[in-house]
Amino acid sequence: MSMEIAIPQPVERENYLNNEYGFWSWLLTTDHKRIALLYLVSITFFFFIGGFFALLIRLELLTPAGDLVQADTYNKLFTMHGMVMVFFFLIPSIPATLGNFLVPMMIGAKDLAFPRINLLSWYLYIIGGALMLHCMLTGGVDTGWTFYTPFSTNFTNTKIVEAGIAIFIAGFSSILTGLNFVVTIHRMRAPGMTWSRLPLFIWAHYATSIIQLLGTPVIAITIVLVAAERALHLGIFDPKLGGDPLLFQHLFWFYSHPAVYIMILPSMGVVTEIIACFSRKRIFGYHFVAFSSIAIAVFGFLVWAHHMFVAGISVYSALVFSFLSYAVALPSAIKVFNWTATLYKGSIHYDAPMLYAFGFLGLFTIGGLTGLFLAALGIDVHVTDTYFVVAHFHYIMVGGAVMGYLGGMHFWWPKISGKLYPEGWAKLAALIVFIGFNLTFFPQFLLGYMGMPRRYYDYSHMPEFQVLHVLSTAGSTVLGVGYLLPMVYFLWSMRYGRPASDNPWNAAGLEWKTSSPPPTFNFDKEPVVTWEAYNYDELDAPVHPQEVPVGR
Amino acid sequence: MTGHASAKSPLKLYFAIWATLLVFTFVTYKVAFIELGPFNPVVALVIATLKATLVALFFMHVWHAGERLTKLVIVSAIFFLFLLLGLTMSDYLTRGWH
Amino acid sequence: MADSTLIGLHHEEEHRPELLHHFADVTQQRNAASLGMWVFLATEVMFFGGMFCAYLVYRTAYFGDFAAASKSIDATLGATNTGVLICSSLTVVLAVWAAQTARRALLISMLVVTMLFGLAFLGIKGKEYYDKFEEHHVPGASFSFDHVPIPGHPGEYANPRHAEIYFSLYFVMTGLHALHMIVGLGIFTWLLIMAWKGRFTPEYHTPVEIGGLYWHFVDIIWIYLFPLLYLIDRHP
Repeated sequence: MSMEIAIPQPVERENYLNNEYGFWSWLLTTDHKRIALLYLVSITFFFFIGGFFALLIRLELLTPAGDLVQADTYNKLFTMHGMVMVFFFLIPSIPATLGNFLVPMMIGAKDLAFPRINLLSWYLYIIGGALMLHCMLTGGVDTGWTFYTPFSTNFTNTKIVEAGIAIFIAGFSSILTGLNFVVTIHRMRAPGMTWSRLPLFIWAHYATSIIQLLGTPVIAITIVLVAAERALHLGIFDPKLGGDPLLFQHLFWFYSHPAVYIMILPSMGVVTEIIACFSRKRIFGYHFVAFSSIAIAVFGFLVWAHHMFVAGISVYSALVFSFLSYAVALPSAIKVFNWTATLYKGSIHYDAPMLYAFGFLGLFTIGGLTGLFLAALGIDVHVTDTYFVVAHFHYIMVGGAVMGYLGGMHFWWPKISGKLYPEGWAKLAALIVFIGFNLTFFPQFLLGYMGMPRRYYDYSHMPEFQVLHVLSTAGSTVLGVGYLLPMVYFLWSMRYGRPASDNPWNAAGLEWKTSSPPPTFNFDKEPVVTWEAYNYDELDAPVHPQEVPVGR
Repeated sequence: MTGHASAKSPLKLYFAIWATLLVFTFVTYKVAFIELGPFNPVVALVIATLKATLVALFFMHVWHAGERLTKLVIVSAIFFLFLLLGLTMSDYLTRGWH
Repeated sequence: MADSTLIGLHHEEEHRPELLHHFADVTQQRNAASLGMWVFLATEVMFFGGMFCAYLVYRTAYFGDFAAASKSIDATLGATNTGVLICSSLTVVLAVWAAQTARRALLISMLVVTMLFGLAFLGIKGKEYYDKFEEHHVPGASFSFDHVPIPGHPGEYANPRHAEIYFSLYFVMTGLHALHMIVGLGIFTWLLIMAWKGRFTPEYHTPVEIGGLYWHFVDIIWIYLFPLLYLIDRHP
């Protein structure tokens, strides 16, 4: 049962897409909406690069013998898959596309606080991305995306410094995006848009920005130290020279653990918006959800050494980090409870965005719970560095974050493009993605639990694992199809899709009170907010309540 | 941080803070040559923190800032820095325990 | 169905050349710039913080070796440099005050003096680096730190490998600090040009204020670097 109301617009009004034409009007734009689209194209490109590496990995693992590529090449494949997916797809994904597009609109502003810095942020991403591409094409890196020392500083002869610089530059892009969001949300809310009236998407991006701002600089300095050590043979991380490799891991994971919350929080914000709209209900426990986002951001900084339980940290320290890792699950669980409570007695509509949101709910829960297994020291000793860990983080990052991203793209596509995507194909694609995802990654839980190590290209001493690997690879091709479909029909819809009205979903939020696509400065007149967020009861109220039914 | 100067001239304050900072620097330098055992680093860091606080409050105008937000940003940065230092050291300091 | 009460711009559009179009008024613009700079400084705290973490870990583990290495750098030059930066912070607040009170000549001269102090700092730092180079204390192939006694432990000598870690941190920390100084000089050059052109008024001098915030921050980092690097164990 679809709720779309497509009202064909007789004349094409001026909007952010048609107010200026030409190459430079895009490359020199300071309009946050155009910059969001620039990012959209760029991150999609890197998504396919990262996905290509994944495909090669899965092809190799079809057979127990290492017969597709050599060991060194395989090391490069999983490294580049990880680095590209983490730094050039997942970290920017929702904030740089949907965040950039929607944050000013949702708060009633004309643009972000610093539009030129926003454009700079995209250029930094492109420069970092180009450098990473060059690095990959001229030899790549083979250390794993975690580039642990002393292998990365002393022993490998792959292009660590170049990759490091690429990530450093992309990190700066991330910091500037976070800075822009924080200042915008504090300073540029429209009159009447109090903190308690903000969409939870905004709260999620605010929390994400805190992590970007406070965490990314630490990996930046870590990269500097690794590059210096490699170039000048310093010894900060070299045990032979009195250094401690674990210091690298502490500094690396201090960022890289909160980084996973950068990847999931925006997706949670998207899911909140979708569930509210397609249940036609205000989110249950608005303040709990809002503060749980902040709590995730803060607690996320307290748990990093759970990546180091078997690395050699003190057991007392491990106990503390294990306990804290359980604590960080609490705010996430609060969100799941609140989403569920929102669905309860809601008027559920199963449009494509909602299908993705349902997928998120189930898959994020599984991924999150398996994180608790890993937080238990006893279990972690056995499943660390196995496919159990790989499955865990893919459930959250792909089953969680990417599902939320796709749901958000579908939900706001009419607003962004002014066109409706084909709902039938979208539902089919959502189903294919869900099936493909589970087929790919559920076997990996089993593989890991039974002992299949990660980052191994040859498992000929454990040939019984082949069945599960074959299932996983088959799933990955299905998943690939599921990802390609939206690309195709989104592009199709830009030319042939039905025009969208201002608010095809009858959704709450300021972004839906302006045209689809919006004008360059978002609103014809600055909005003044006098209602609470998620006012679905008002939106769904009968249009003429004073009408008296015939026959009374 | 507002655009207009306070009604009373702040110059005396600035020069007073400047002089205090120089005195503290001199004290730090001199005390370092006196044997105080484990208190040498404590004294040095306490004085450094006093100096940093004076710079932040009066040179960076945090004292006169209308908003609590500025102070929140500063406190957050320091808090997360201490998290990094503290939790990392909790590993190193307990490695020798049995 | 609730409708937003859409009214026109709630402030009369101020036709100020420096007001950017997406801001409602200059106050909002200034508050945004100020918050933006404070948030950026918070990121810098974490950037330097990673190095302070590495320093803390190794100083705790190798205190004696670090003390011996620390004794070999010139504390008088370090203290002088601290004084130089403190003076430069004074000239910065005077520059901001000059902008607030429409004293263009004072503003320009204070900006210039600040930059001179900055150059003096870099000059002294250069001399210190040169001394370290001469003494073979620069980490790398030609590093040597043999037979250097550990302060307070007669007969014991510093482990050269651990001393090399100290010097690695010394150069990275002071080097990054100096890089931030150089960026600061670049910012102040731009401020000087703008001030010379008369672009700053009591109503608009936000770049001077936020440039000043950056400069004070770089000063604060040095306020910590000085005791941590130069004064680990100086008593005989």
